[in-house]
This record gives sequence, C-alpha cells and structure tokens, in this order.
Amino acid sequence: MEAQTLTYIFVGLSFALYIGIAIASRAKSTNDFYVAGKGVNPVANGMATAADWMSAASFLSMAGLIAFLGRDGSVYLMGWTGGYVLLALLLAPYLRKYGKYTVPDFIGERYYSNVARVVAVICLIFISFTYIAGQMRGVGIVFSRFLEVEIEMGVIIGMGIVFIYAVLGGMKGITYTQVAQYCVMIFAYLVPAIFLSIMLTGNPIPQLGFGDKLLNSDVYLIDKLDKTIIDLGFSPYTEYSKSLIDIFCITAALMFGTAGLPHVIVRFFTVPNMQAARRSAGYALIFIAILYTTAPAVASFARLNFIDSVQNTSYEDAPDWFKNWENIGLISWMDKNQDGKMQYSSGSPFVESRPVFADERGSLGQRLLENEANPSSSNEVYLDRDIIVLANPEIANLPIWVIALVAAGGLAAALSTAAGLLLVISSSISHDLMKQTFMPQITEKKELLYARLAAGITILLAGLLGIFPPAFVAQVVAFAFGLAASTLFPVLFMGIFSKKTTKEAAIGGMLTGLVFTFSYIVFFKFISPELNNSDHWLLGISPEGIGVIGMILNFLVMLLVTKSSKSPPESVINLVETIRRP
Amino acid sequence: MTFWQKNLILLSSLLFFWFLCSFGFGILLSEYISLMKIGGFELGFWFSQQGSIYVFIILIFTYSYLVERLERKEKK
Repeated sequence: MEAQTLTYIFVGLSFALYIGIAIASRAKSTNDFYVAGKGVNPVANGMATAADWMSAASFLSMAGLIAFLGRDGSVYLMGWTGGYVLLALLLAPYLRKYGKYTVPDFIGERYYSNVARVVAVICLIFISFTYIAGQMRGVGIVFSRFLEVEIEMGVIIGMGIVFIYAVLGGMKGITYTQVAQYCVMIFAYLVPAIFLSIMLTGNPIPQLGFGDKLLNSDVYLIDKLDKTIIDLGFSPYTEYSKSLIDIFCITAALMFGTAGLPHVIVRFFTVPNMQAARRSAGYALIFIAILYTTAPAVASFARLNFIDSVQNTSYEDAPDWFKNWENIGLISWMDKNQDGKMQYSSGSPFVESRPVFADERGSLGQRLLENEANPSSSNEVYLDRDIIVLANPEIANLPIWVIALVAAGGLAAALSTAAGLLLVISSSISHDLMKQTFMPQITEKKELLYARLAAGITILLAGLLGIFPPAFVAQVVAFAFGLAASTLFPVLFMGIFSKKTTKEAAIGGMLTGLVFTFSYIVFFKFISPELNNSDHWLLGISPEGIGVIGMILNFLVMLLVTKSSKSPPESVINLVETIRRP
Repeated sequence: MTFWQKNLILLSSLLFFWFLCSFGFGILLSEYISLMKIGGFELGFWFSQQGSIYVFIILIFTYSYLVERLERKEKK
C-alpha cells in the first residue's frame, strides 16, 4: 500500500476517534463546558495538559530548532518545562481551591473589582490570540503537507474538526480527546526516535543514546558531533553562543510565561481538589518530559546523521529521503563549485532565505534553483528545520506505516493545542465579560449557549488568521510568553501569597507589565527591526527575554501602590485565608 | 509555626533547587562544572538539555508528598 493511502487511513481513524469521544462526553452544563465537571482524574488531566501544551511546533519543529541552535536550544527545553514547577508549587492548587471557572474570575474576585477582571480578560485575549494565530497556521501547514491539500483548505478542515468537538463537548469533550491525542502523538514521536538511537548508538533509549558512544566506535556521539560541526565552520554544539544574561532572561520569561498562560492554568480547574491539581501538574510534566527529553536526543542524532550522509557525497549517491524531500521542497542543493558533490557548511547557500525552484532539473537530476548564490559561504545545501522530525522515519529506514503515524501525530498536536486555546478565549468572553460583568441576569442555559456561540466565533476568527496570516505570526511567540509573564503571573502570585495587595496595585501592575513588554517587543520586531541586536537592547536582553523585566516592573508597581492605597476589605482577606487552607 | 509558614519554608527550599539545577547548573555555573562528565555529557550541558527536566519532575512530586503530609496534620 502507498504511504499516502496509509496516511489517509491513519488520519481518518484518529479523527473518527476524536469525534466519537467528543460525542460521548458532550457538555450538558456550564460546569461541564468550562471545567469538565471538575471530575477529571489527575493522570488523565496530566495527559490532556501535555497534549494541550505541545503544539505542532513542539512536535514538528522543536527537534529541528535544537539541532540548529545546539546548546542555545536549551532555553526552550528548560523554559517550557520549568514553568510547571511554578504552577504546581505556587498557583495551580490555590486556584483550584478557589474553585471558579476562569483566570479572570479569580482576579476579579480577589481584587474586588470588575475593572481588574476586564483588564485580565484583555491580557488573556492578547496572549491567547497571538498564540492561536500561530496554531491555526500550523494546523493548515500540517494538513497541507500530509494530506496534500492547499494550506487554506487545511485550515478549513482543521476548523471544522475543532468546531465539532470544542463547541459540542466544551472542556469535557476537549479533555478526553486530548488524552487520545497525547497517546497518538507520543507514540508517533518515540518510534522513529528509538530506531534512530539504535541505528547510531545501539542504545534503544534515546535519552541514553544521546550520551553514548557511536556504534562500533570509541567516540562519544556528542564529541563527534561537536568536532564535525566545528570543522564545517559552525559554532560548537555544546556551548552557548548567545550571552548568558540573554539566555538567563529568555529561560525565565518562558518559565514564568508558562505558569501564567491561561489555557494551561485552566486545565487544573478540571480536577476534583487541590491535592489532585498538584499531582496532576507532576503527571503533566512527566508526559511532557517524555517528548522534551527525547527531542534534544533526536536533534543530535539527526544533525550528525544528516552531515554524515550529505557531506561530500555526490548527488547521484544521495539517499532516497534526500531526493524525496527535495521534491517536496524542504531540501535543496545548489552546485556552486560544479563538482557534482554536496558541500554543507555554515551560512546560507543563497541570498534569499528560502529556495525558489525552477521548473527544470540539472544534469544529475537535482532541482535547479532560481536563487542567487550567496558568495560569502561555500554551503550548497538548504534544509528546512521541520525536516528533522518529518524525515526521521525514512532516515531510519522504517516501514511506511510509521510515516503515516507521524502524520497523525502532527495533526493531533496541532488540533489539541488549538482546541484548548479556543476554549479559554470563549469562556472568558461568555463567563467573564457577559455573565459576570455586562449581563449578570442571564440564566445558566443562556450562558451555555453564549459559550458555544463565542467558541464558534473564535474558531472563525482564528481560522481567518490562519488563512490570511498577518506577516508577523512567526515572530510573536515571544509576545504570548512575555505578556503572560509580565501581566498575569505576578497578579496571580500576589493574589495568593499576599493578603494586602490592593485592586489599584493589581490594575496598575498588569497595565505596567502589558505596556512595557508590548512596546519593547513591538519596537524591536516591527518599528525598528534593524536595531534588533544586542548593542541596542536594554541590558543586553532580547525581545524574547524582556518579559522578565516586565514582570519585575509589575511586582514593583504592585508593592509601591499597595503601600499608598486603602487595604482590601475583610471579605477578600477571608477569601485568601480560605484558599490557603488545605 | 503555622501550617502556612511551614508551607512557605518548604516552597522556598524546593524552589532553591529549581533555580540551582536550571539557572545554576544549566546556565550560570555551567562553565565551572563542565569538567565533570556523565557518559558523553559534560555535566552543564546535561543539566540544560536533560537533567533539569528530571529534577523538575522530582521536585513537584516531593512537594506534593510533603505538603500533603503537612495538610493531614493540619486537618487533625
């Protein structure tokens, strides 16, 4: 059977499974719709959180990103896992004990102010929409790559599927589909990784193979990799190339940002009690770690293996997967020195950032390019970083059903994250804006209807963002994490750990963090991108890491304003005491 | 000491290890511990791409276990 047919079968089966689960667990009340009836088992919630957390970018691009960044890629590994410690220790159990539906709910009540609630909703929508815009595009790209449809068509199919199970099932439907999606995703990730590890080191556990000696050799894989890429003119794989202060701040911004992301926090509202919330964060991190500790191993295997099979190989002898992915357009070769062999080294092969393919083929059968050769580098090979995960099954000579499995895994990753984000946006609109602020008289039935409507509209908007992506989508991941770290995390933390913090302090703090972080990122990413380098950055901190400074400013503003404003009412102090009590 | 004070001490000591293993061993102190190796890994590199994640998991379950014990005492 052909790989494409198998892919259709695998993807079709997995979709049928997701929709089946959604129908079986559809929401009957707002309690079901917002927080899955608060009855989710901590282990199941851990899996759902992991699926929610790991997007198409984690699944497809992270290993590739690390393969090319080397040690600098550690910021993502530590940043996107360390936040769960903060969640489990500082936020999740207390927010669960509080026991309402959304993050702005807590902020509104703890800071006894609907203004604070609305500011929190604004921060939440900012954070989640930047995040989801990237996801929907990701859904489209994944669909188009695996199902061979246009990206736009891919976005529409993805919208349809998410619409069915998010609008119908709410949080309850999403939770159980995410459990299934996690299983599909992790299996698809591990199978090729294990085989690659055996192929290179003889060790079946990728995390150990990563630190092992190469098969039939006395040299450690990492030492070989370091030596190989230094010889080709790259900076060493195991050393940081960014400044330590920047590495420090990016890691911290990602950690505090993770702990402040509403779609992650809300997952811990679905378990039965605060003890379960804590343990659930632990399970979530185990499930995430299975992928996150495999990714750097895959990165090193793939980088070394790629160089070994390409460097100085004549094009005619290139492996099949090289030619397959060249046909798809994610790899290209430009024979600059006309020797018929592929030379790979640091620098871009051509002046443009992406290959532009001509219609003809060269004398050796390679796809010719219309790009202008980059004279300052002898590199002849272009490769897209997503290739690292996509091509693994072929590189490891695995049967074609593994390729189909990776397709189903990539789609599961993209859909689960998009669904989780949709839900927090829609519930903050129907619950916080309508029920709690502007239309308090509506019945529960009406609220549930509005929640479904809001979810539907959000899907449409997100889909539009996926079909007509604003040019900046790829550059704004920093936004979501930086804004979460500098707005929501500090007010949630102070709301629990300080009884004295006042509403004026919280509103001032959130706005300070929002305005500062937003302006810094917008300035360097959009207004003056030519100044975006360490000479012009504040204290040498890049826009990716600036959220930490925003967070510190937020804390300072809260401490100062609290001193000069009237202390919170008795009822709020009682509330804080209640959520602290076991 | 009240339950909450004990909880705060527990939290801060675990967060110290959180900081030490990621920002410490993985980033700031990485250079100083790189002469030590486990398998093919320099220790600092291992902490930044593997070790800190394992430590994070251990920290969450340790906290969960210890604070539940405190909570049970508090409820009695």
